[in-house]
Amino acid sequence: MRYAETGFNLEVDLTRGNIEKVATDPKDTELYLGGLGTNAKMFWDRVGPEVEAFSPENLLIFGAGLLCGTPATGCNRTILTTISPQTKLMAFSMMGGFWAPELKYAGYDKVVLRGKSEKLVYLYINNDTVELRDAAHLKGKGSIETAELLRTELKQPKAQVAAIGMAGENRVFYASVEQGRSSASRGGMGAVMGDKGLKAIVVRGTKDINIAEPVEYMGLCNEVLEYIKYREDHPIPGVMPILAGLGSPQEMKVHDEKWHTENFMWGNSRTRRKDFWTEDIQKEWTETLESTRTRLISCFNCPMKCGATISMPGLPTYMMKCFTKLTYTMGAFSDLNFGLRIAQKATEYGLDGFSTPQVMAFALELLENGILKDKDFPEMPEDNEGKFYYLLDKIVKREGIGDILADGTYWAAQKIGNGAEEYAHNNIKKTEQLPLKLSMLNPIYFLMYSTGEKMNITQIEGQFPQAPFPKKEHREKFCEDWIQVPDEKFKQYFIDWEIRGDNSIPYYPTVEMTCDIVDWMERMHYIDDALGQCAGLSSFPLKPPYHIHNYPKFISAGAGIEMDEEKLTKAATRYRTLVRAINVRRGMRRKDEKPPEDHWKKRFPELEEQLLDGYYKMKGWNNDGIPTKESLQNLDLGYVGEDFIKRGILTDSEDTASKEASAQEEKK
Amino acid sequence: MGEKEKKIIKTIKIDVDKCNGCRACEVICSAFHASPKYSSNNPARSRIRIIREPLRDVYVPVYAGEYTVAECAGRDKYTIDGKEYDECAFCRASCPSRDEFKEPDSGLPLKCDMCEGEDEPLCVKWCLADALTIEEREEEVDEQVEQEDLEIGLGSLVDKYGLDKLMDTVARMSEKD
Repeated sequence: MRYAETGFNLEVDLTRGNIEKVATDPKDTELYLGGLGTNAKMFWDRVGPEVEAFSPENLLIFGAGLLCGTPATGCNRTILTTISPQTKLMAFSMMGGFWAPELKYAGYDKVVLRGKSEKLVYLYINNDTVELRDAAHLKGKGSIETAELLRTELKQPKAQVAAIGMAGENRVFYASVEQGRSSASRGGMGAVMGDKGLKAIVVRGTKDINIAEPVEYMGLCNEVLEYIKYREDHPIPGVMPILAGLGSPQEMKVHDEKWHTENFMWGNSRTRRKDFWTEDIQKEWTETLESTRTRLISCFNCPMKCGATISMPGLPTYMMKCFTKLTYTMGAFSDLNFGLRIAQKATEYGLDGFSTPQVMAFALELLENGILKDKDFPEMPEDNEGKFYYLLDKIVKREGIGDILADGTYWAAQKIGNGAEEYAHNNIKKTEQLPLKLSMLNPIYFLMYSTGEKMNITQIEGQFPQAPFPKKEHREKFCEDWIQVPDEKFKQYFIDWEIRGDNSIPYYPTVEMTCDIVDWMERMHYIDDALGQCAGLSSFPLKPPYHIHNYPKFISAGAGIEMDEEKLTKAATRYRTLVRAINVRRGMRRKDEKPPEDHWKKRFPELEEQLLDGYYKMKGWNNDGIPTKESLQNLDLGYVGEDFIKRGILTDSEDTASKEASAQEEKK
Repeated sequence: MGEKEKKIIKTIKIDVDKCNGCRACEVICSAFHASPKYSSNNPARSRIRIIREPLRDVYVPVYAGEYTVAECAGRDKYTIDGKEYDECAFCRASCPSRDEFKEPDSGLPLKCDMCEGEDEPLCVKWCLADALTIEEREEEVDEQVEQEDLEIGLGSLVDKYGLDKLMDTVARMSEKD
């Protein structure tokens, strides 16, 4: 018997309309756990570097995490993986909600989609019944609307639906897959789903998920619940309120937006408004949210209430979470009322809330600066907010300038030319980032931004405080019950970290310490992404209930795989390296690993190089960010090393040849 | 006649305004009732279900009650505060008219047993939103009515089979136990 996982995937060939239920190899679970780990293995095996985002050979995987569907609190994430049209790399994006557990209860761990359907279809999964069905009547429908229509017409009120809106159908590069209050937004998952002609996946399941050691597992689950209660009663002092508790940043709950509105950038990630947050604005925004927020809501089996139902007068109800609350507002220099209204439309269209407002603000900046002309925006309304609605529609329908903007700021700037590239200034690996511009380089954040392959800092950071506390006694106090550290040395790193002086950024934490810290944070996110655990109870907040010390026990007792901290660390390193290898095979190198030029005012080129050197070395990668043959072998990834040698990415003798080759390339 | 007996009444108080729709109650219920305990879980086997329609702000936990062989003569449909609920939404019965509160494979009825043997029903323990809380109180219940019912029932059996035969049968049944 298989525990925690079902042991079966659904393989769906959309070109031929063929569906197969395929048993998976338990050995793969041991090596790559599940979720992102096993998704990555499939990509390595089946999606070569020649495959493009919109090739029929591209896969789009909906992978439930290894522990999804078990009683582990907050373990509900689906990990979507595909080749991104925006980055041209393998991208992965997670969504919470209710979909992954339902898929497990239907008897499957993953839905693996390939090919392209000529007609728009949807996939219906009801336990053993799995069918592709005509979706002509859903064309152009909103993502939430589609879910409601399908549940009603199928008479399956308990079914969970992941759907794309018009943005996905029209292959907008930053189209999302929406699922109730959750979405997989980054990397263009929706665009690939639309390209494959798949409007939605409906799933309903009523089967059991088995647990290997039931009593032990339940004990662990209860400990987690107890710790959540403890943390609710003990917010972390000395950090801003949204970082003091557990869960995703509690944007739906809090009214005080002084920190975001005065520290994050407005418009096309340019303008800081230092005295924005006044009493009047606080009053107005509080009133807006209070009068339209019906309820704070949760994902499957989780007590956190990170989402909310929002009913704006005259608009259909929708659900929201996290920072999308402010991205449209700030992109358009408007107010919360506008932000929540346009987000309703954007959610139905199925768009990423980070990229979309920046793309629109970018377009208007190009217009202001004469790079785009009035004729590029025929019949655009005069008022600011009207312009944003106008652009949203143009992008989603790929009409006129919208067709260019639908590819994101990087590709749009390439097409527009004439200096437009300067305005696509907030990208990493061709993807729009949080609108944050700071003064002094932070070595920890430099490494996370540079080397992250998740494209969103909130899905890379966590665990280690973002900044030192002013007083040593406070730092010591913080360390007293810091049980989550993988090693005691992290406490010392933090205690010695000062706001000013020798032990302050950018030279402290030292290169070595920074690498350790980043490695820890990254490891926790990668573990979450294989298990299906929401980062909000694990890798994102300080002092979370899940950590490196209890995770191995969860895996042992839940999935029946013998596990300890060392073995788990190795597994996470293994598939993290595999993700890197897939992207190296697609051409990603050191030169691609950099934050936006203007992310910090004060930069330290020499230190930055040392940081990258140190990180690569710690990872067992060569100086160009390519895993070496030896380190691959140590991770049971010998097959990757062989492939690299065959392709000339690595040479047989040593790992330096490729560095020379890329240096040559740089000179050109 | 009229003797009073003390009885513990357990009431699960359901505050639908506090429900966040996470269905942790369904998860722990099905895990607790798995055999062996906690060896599997499957919300479709749960003895509590959340009626959950986020877009209409409908969140109602309902517990499985008694099994019934026949459906009611008519059905009911509630509208509360402008929210319309499905037919028979709040009914606790495992009933032929619907799929609720039945084992998904065998169709056997499910019934909430308040997690016998535990300090409190586990759905309550796992509801950190406090939508589910438990209250216990002691009540004195009148035994008289039950006694009357019993006598009427036995009387009709005596009429039908005679007192001797009935007493023999009772004696034989008690030996078996």
